[in-house]
Amino acid sequence: MAPDALAVLVFAPLVAALAVIVAPPRATTALALAGIALTAPALWVVTAAVLGGEVVEVALAGAAPPLGIAWRADGFSLTMAWLTFVVVAFVSLHALASFPSTSDAGRRFWPMWLILVASVYALFLSADLFNLYVTLELVTLTAVAMIAIGGAPAAMRAAMRYLLLGLMASLFYLLATALLYGQTGTLDLYQVGERLGEGALATTALALMITGLLVKSAIVPLHVWLPAAHGKAPGPVSAVLSALVVKVTLYILIRLWFWAGGALDDGLAAFVLGLLGAVAIVYGSIAAIVQTRLKMLVAYSTVAQLGYVMLLFPLASTAAFRAVTFHVLAHGVAKAAMFLAAANLLAALGSDRLQRLVGADQRYPVNVLAFALAGVSIMGLPPSGGFVAKWMLLEAAWQSQGWGWVAVISAGSLLAAVYVFRVVALAYAQPRPASSVRRPGTTPRGRFGATSVAALALAVLAIVLGIASAPVLSLIDLGLPPGMAP
Amino acid sequence: MSTEVVYVLAASAVFGAGVYGLIVANHLMRKLLALNVMSSAVFVTMLTVAGTTPEGPDPVAQALVLTGIVIAVAATAFALALLVRLVQETGLVSLRAKDDDGA
Repeated sequence: MAPDALAVLVFAPLVAALAVIVAPPRATTALALAGIALTAPALWVVTAAVLGGEVVEVALAGAAPPLGIAWRADGFSLTMAWLTFVVVAFVSLHALASFPSTSDAGRRFWPMWLILVASVYALFLSADLFNLYVTLELVTLTAVAMIAIGGAPAAMRAAMRYLLLGLMASLFYLLATALLYGQTGTLDLYQVGERLGEGALATTALALMITGLLVKSAIVPLHVWLPAAHGKAPGPVSAVLSALVVKVTLYILIRLWFWAGGALDDGLAAFVLGLLGAVAIVYGSIAAIVQTRLKMLVAYSTVAQLGYVMLLFPLASTAAFRAVTFHVLAHGVAKAAMFLAAANLLAALGSDRLQRLVGADQRYPVNVLAFALAGVSIMGLPPSGGFVAKWMLLEAAWQSQGWGWVAVISAGSLLAAVYVFRVVALAYAQPRPASSVRRPGTTPRGRFGATSVAALALAVLAIVLGIASAPVLSLIDLGLPPGMAP
Repeated sequence: MSTEVVYVLAASAVFGAGVYGLIVANHLMRKLLALNVMSSAVFVTMLTVAGTTPEGPDPVAQALVLTGIVIAVAATAFALALLVRLVQETGLVSLRAKDDDGA
């Protein structure tokens, strides 16, 4: 039963995407929601099997690796799949309002949205290097298309830059796949790990693959495409880009490093990756602090928060793995909430210049509250999910006596507090009497609409994740890399 | 020097030329062509892998090339469509012109 559920996970959104294209517009909402909702019971079935100590595997079309393609679900892929479901479900609620299915933009949005969802699920299940390439390409193409969906020149330029760099990164990855296949005679991620020997060719292949993945994950200094792409995209798209799309390549990198990484066990390489992460944390936070536009601030915050994931490579302990996986979840939920709230404020105020936020709390209390709550998690204040993640990461760094990493993690939280409070302080500031007169185009619409509720629900979830972290951590514990004991 | 080494060196040179073109070119069409040059180099590498197995040509690697070509064509078509829209909206064929607001 569980292997069939894996198929539902990928094919429900995929079939819904195709159905949306051919069905009349009035059926779009029902089809899209059905496609996404069906993945919940499927995930539940797979989770039950994994909690029962199973690793759910499918050899597609009955052909086992090395000839066939394998799908495999363990605790790690399931954790990511649940993040996908939660973020997609709430962001879809927002998209129902911001991309109504009867509008032109809606007609273009929903098929791509559903294909993106199917590709992300397929990526988390794939245990095959080439299959991962195909899903990565699908994720990139649909993400780029959705950034450009509004047709604004700035968004299209950002989409084009992302597309070019994304395709280049994919080709790095593909070349590496070819070299690894030549070395090992298999594409199965786990078999590659067993068979890969030492040598210049193996090192070249892994270096190419890691470079490609770092470009797609926007790790400093390869982040140049991210702020514009995430900042200029429509709200629901920004949310899912920051919460999921940049994480999928980090997921592949972690899989590669810790599951297939016999040849990767290199202290220097791990240190360099960690250093990139540390630079990302400091640089991204400072860049966020100096932004003058809300969505760009949130985008640079993503650059910073992705840096924490890279600290896993030098720390390389069970504690660090649990912390980083939890951080990916907490950041995903909080950042989706933040982007949705920012997009709502932008739509309501007509501009996302920070100065325009003065007094926004009185007119748009729900969105400002959602932003503030998500900010609590991004800063890592208790009792939020972000707090649990950063606390565990600090602990992991402390245990391995990485005092430098400890300093970076603490500094990152302080810097995050600066940019979050900058927004929150402005939003809660009392407007001067003169500016309290409503300007044209600032009518308070959507105050308690679906868009605000979606943002607030995700923000509350980001806090709840900290209080109810135990079940999530026990799922993460089922997906620890080989050689790491809980 | 064995045949496969020649192929691999040639593929590396072509891949390098593609990366160089992608970074240096200004016109978006040239950048797209550079990406296609890069993918050709990847396909040559895959075919080299396919042809050097002791038990004759390897069908898996050949299948990868076929799939790879399909994906490359699809991605190129998509990039061209985006390029056409970009030219229609902005009249620009490069990303180097004035920086976007805040970007």
